[in-house]
Amino acid sequence: MNLEIILFIVLALVAVVSSVAMITRPHPVISAVFLILNFFALSGLYLLLNAQFIAVVQVIVYAGAIMVLFLFVLMLLNTNKEDNIFKQNKALKIFAIAIAVLIFAQVAFLIFFSSPSDALNSQVAESVQSGTIQQIGTKLYTDYILPFEAAGFLLLAATIGALVLSKKKFE
Amino acid sequence: MLTEFGKIFVFILLAVVFVLIALFAAKLIRPSRPTKEKMLIYECGENPVGSPWIKFNIRFYVVALIFLIFDVEVVLLFPWALTYQDYGFYGFLVGLVFLLVLGLGMAYEWRKGDLDWERGIISPPILNEILKNKKAPLKINDSENQITEEIKA
Repeated sequence: MNLEIILFIVLALVAVVSSVAMITRPHPVISAVFLILNFFALSGLYLLLNAQFIAVVQVIVYAGAIMVLFLFVLMLLNTNKEDNIFKQNKALKIFAIAIAVLIFAQVAFLIFFSSPSDALNSQVAESVQSGTIQQIGTKLYTDYILPFEAAGFLLLAATIGALVLSKKKFE
Repeated sequence: MLTEFGKIFVFILLAVVFVLIALFAAKLIRPSRPTKEKMLIYECGENPVGSPWIKFNIRFYVVALIFLIFDVEVVLLFPWALTYQDYGFYGFLVGLVFLLVLGLGMAYEWRKGDLDWERGIISPPILNEILKNKKAPLKINDSENQITEEIKA
């Protein structure tokens, strides 16, 4: 078997098992740790697809910063004693099962019954090249300078907004 | 042929295997005599009282939020660091403007005192009015001085 296929199977197994474990754990902090494992497996899958930049972003931003925020929220909220949401609301459970079946059917259809369009297959070599960080940097600093600087302003607005909103206001 | 990411993967794999072997070997060798005292959550030698889950300062959350924003900034700087030399001074300038914009955010939070842990005590206006009516703004240093003066007298 090809090394790529073995790696894909291992990473996919880790991703699926960790996501199922994440949903079924009763304790939210343990769920969060499983989510981190899931992010790492996804990042490995991105690498297999030659999307290096996305893989790096997945680890640094999602597994690093976003999960820190998740854990902070969990610590702040103290969700220890809360009951299972499905036990409180039976109708919600039926609704959730219906949505899950619908999404499962959709994914199964996409995987087994629909064929990838030829337009996707014709540019495989180019798309493999375009995932590298150098390629993204080249595009970012030639064609997309304005969106890049706009992203800088967006981050500035986010910084100031977060600080202003978190201030205690008595006056 | 290993790519650079392949090397990282081998490194991670070795790290995981190393930890697993160490834990397994320790489990084989060590004696296992658990008692109730030993299984308690460690809390500086004291018996734990109540849940360790306390509501802590919201300011930790603000620090995490700022960390998230600068983390995204770092991610956007990776492509820049790899390619800016190809475009000479112009490429450098693009990244410089980006950094200056985010430096502005940094300057804002520095100026507003969000980087200091002690940000001054915010008191409700009712308390301020009561303190005003007393006409003696109680400062810690002043009261200490008063006490020492009283002791001298």
